[in-house]
Parts: sequence; structure tokens; C-alpha cells
Amino acid sequence: MAKIKLALYWASSCGGCEIAQLQIGEKLLKLIEVADIVFWPVAIDVKYKDVEAMPEKSIDVCLFNGAIRTSEQEHMAKMLRDKSKTMISYGACANYGGIPGLGNLYNREMIFNRAYLETQSTDNEKGVTPQTSIDVPEGNLSLPEFFDTVRSLPQTVDVDYIIPGCPPEEKTTWLALEALIQNKLPPKGSIISHNVKAVCDDCPRTKNEKKVKKFYRPFEIEPDQEVCLLEQGILCAGVATAGGCGAMCLKANMPCTGCYGPVKGVTDQGAHFLSAVASIIDSTDPEEIASIIDDIADPAGTFYRYSLPDSLLRRAKVS
Amino acid sequence: MSWEPRIVGFLCSWCSYRGADLAGTSRIPSAPNVKVIKVPCSTRVEPAFVIKAFQSGADGVLILGCHPGDCHYIEGNYKTMRRVPLLKKMLKQFGIEEERVRLDWVSASEGEKYASVVNEMTEKVRELGPFKANNGEGQHGKN
Repeated sequence: MAKIKLALYWASSCGGCEIAQLQIGEKLLKLIEVADIVFWPVAIDVKYKDVEAMPEKSIDVCLFNGAIRTSEQEHMAKMLRDKSKTMISYGACANYGGIPGLGNLYNREMIFNRAYLETQSTDNEKGVTPQTSIDVPEGNLSLPEFFDTVRSLPQTVDVDYIIPGCPPEEKTTWLALEALIQNKLPPKGSIISHNVKAVCDDCPRTKNEKKVKKFYRPFEIEPDQEVCLLEQGILCAGVATAGGCGAMCLKANMPCTGCYGPVKGVTDQGAHFLSAVASIIDSTDPEEIASIIDDIADPAGTFYRYSLPDSLLRRAKVS
Repeated sequence: MSWEPRIVGFLCSWCSYRGADLAGTSRIPSAPNVKVIKVPCSTRVEPAFVIKAFQSGADGVLILGCHPGDCHYIEGNYKTMRRVPLLKKMLKQFGIEEERVRLDWVSASEGEKYASVVNEMTEKVRELGPFKANNGEGQHGKN
């Protein structure tokens, strides 16, 4: 039987997805038995022009991680889509925009000003910011264009499957790869994961009625190890987030931040999370409610930690 | 044609919707800018509904429920009372002014109040001007 041709690519991401792919350990050998890796910038030396030269649909499966933030990433996403029979969105950034997606609260100009001009550690007397093209004695140099808005992979190209996580857990990655090896991939559009219910369903903590007088950021409190973190006033996204991860963060006494994406049936993860958090505030006095809400320093960044570009509004309106 | 504020009004069926009815049958004039959606309780209005309204072209969202203590479902409106301020705080980060969302209480007997809340809200939104959601659909995600 001919080997499966596999491509792996990264766009706007941190490199954690590559680590997650390697985390399958010796199972990688099983994968190599049946698959040839034809493109994987982190590990093998295949150039863009080599990919360009590949015939259409000659790659069987592409695992694409990272959000779409620049023209180069958009170009690669479209090219890999053309060259691949199956396109798999791998990890929270590709699926929903992820952490880079929080840039959608700003635009390019604001981000460049902050990063290249304003930060305390910046030493940039000439005020140079990235340009897409510049002429130098040696010729013309160019850089990809930095977009105002981060997009997810499914907002950029047609995607066949989604593997959730930041990064996807080893068992989630293997679930997908095993299905691929055995040629038992689920129907197109599926999210490949173990659990379709909320993280709370995986979470071993005891859950009682939730009534909260004060919200804490994780560093402000030493939480009880056994009791639901939301009950203790820690903003835990488990209620709004699809399970399948095994509630790893909760087992380490840290709140869920929402990386496995919205729980089934929910389109806007952040709005759902906000709704749950607000409902448990233990007060009927508007002033007290306002002061409890003051504890939540960054609602948009907390509720849409991984899903801002995938949300209903997609980005902030900035002037 | 000159711009007119478009406001989505979510009205609880037990109190505020009847209040709006009373305003109508009592022939109390009120601005025609609020498009009313009847909901079983103000707490049926998920934050996503409000966000969806803005995404779909609303310039403002008005949520009206029973007075605190009068909820047909005992404490639905208290949940709304907690949600709306947090939602407003978050929407501010999205560039949506807090005044574009208003929560108020209108009972079935308060036709006058319904009309005045609607008029005030309409004028407030008129002052703020049109809201155009920006979903970054433009070329290169231009905003």
C-alpha cells in the first residue's frame, strides 16, 4: 500500500503545537511506518518552492496549526489547501484564532506602535516599523503584510476536521492520527476529540451551588484542591468549553482557560462564559454587583481567551 | 434618507411587553425606533443575543424586565441585573459604548415609563450616531 503523504505547517503560533505533535513519542514510529512526511518546516528541510511544485491534491493530509495574521500565512494556507486532499485545523489558534487572535482588540497600527515604539524596553530612535517593501543597494527586500485582523483557518480556507487544544493533548492528537492511519476518519466537519460535553464533565472536583461575592485571579488565592474553582471565585472557563482534555488544568489546581473551544451547541464561547460568570454573582444590589464586577480586570481577554476571531463580533471597533 | 437609530428591544412577556401594550392602547406617543422582541423573561436574553444584535446592524439594545422582586420566575431579573453590567464592561473593550445597551424595569402598569425609556434611549443612540460592527471582512482585515 502506498504511504500516506503528510504535511505539517505552522502559521501564527508559538511552536507548542509542534511540541504536542512530537509528544506522541514512540507512536511517531508507527506513524512513519504508514506515512511519509513531505513538508514540516520545524523538522525537515523542504522549501516553499518544493511545495509549490507538488501537484494539486498530491498531499493526503495536512495538519495546519496557527492563526492567519500575515499575507504569507494566508498564501500558505491557500496553497496547502490546494495541494491537500484533507485539511486538518490543528490547535486553538488555527481553529478559533487563539492567543494571537486577542490582537483583534487592536489594529495593525496600534500593535506596531506598542511593539516597536512604546514599550519600556524599546530603543528605536528613528521610529522604524515593519514595511512590506524597501529598496536597498543590493535590491528590493520584502516582508509579508501584517493584517489588521487575525483570522482562523476555517475563516480562510475550507477545513475538513478540527483537532482542539492549546496545544492538543497527546491523546487527542493520537485519536486523529490513529483514525487517519486506519482510514477511519469521521464525517467531514467533525471535531476530533474524546468528549463532546463540557470540561466540567471531565473535572473531578465537587460541585455545589455557585454563589460568588468576590472574583480572584489565580495568583490572588490559594484554591481548595477539591472544590469547583468557579465556586471559589476563580474564573474557570470549564462551563463554556468542550471537554476531551481530561481537565488537566483543573487537576493541577488551575482554572480552565477555554482552549478546547466552545461547548457543543454554543457559537460564541465568550458570551456563554460571561453569562455563566455573571449569573453566579451573589448579590441583588446594583452597587455591590458593580463592585464585584470590578474584580474582573479584562473581561474580553478572559472570556475570549482563544476564540475572539471566531466570535460573533470577530474584532473590536477601533478608531 | 437621513439615518434613524435602530434599536432592538427585548421585552419580558409578563411585565414590560404588557407595559408596551398599555403605552399603545393609552395612545402615549413613543419613538418608533425600537424593534420589539418578546421574550419569556429578561434573563432569557443571553449576552450572545445582544452581541448578535450589534453584529446584525443594531445601533442600540434595550432590555426591559419586571421590577426586582416581581419576576414571574422569582429571580430571573436578578440574573439579568448581574449580566448586563458585565456585558457592558466587556462591550466597551469591543468599542461599543456602554450607553448603547440599556437595562430597565417596566411593569405592566407603566405605559408612561415604557414610552419615556424608549424616547430617552432613542435620543441617546441618536447622539452616539450609527454603530457599524466591524468584522474585519475587508481586504487584509481592514477595520
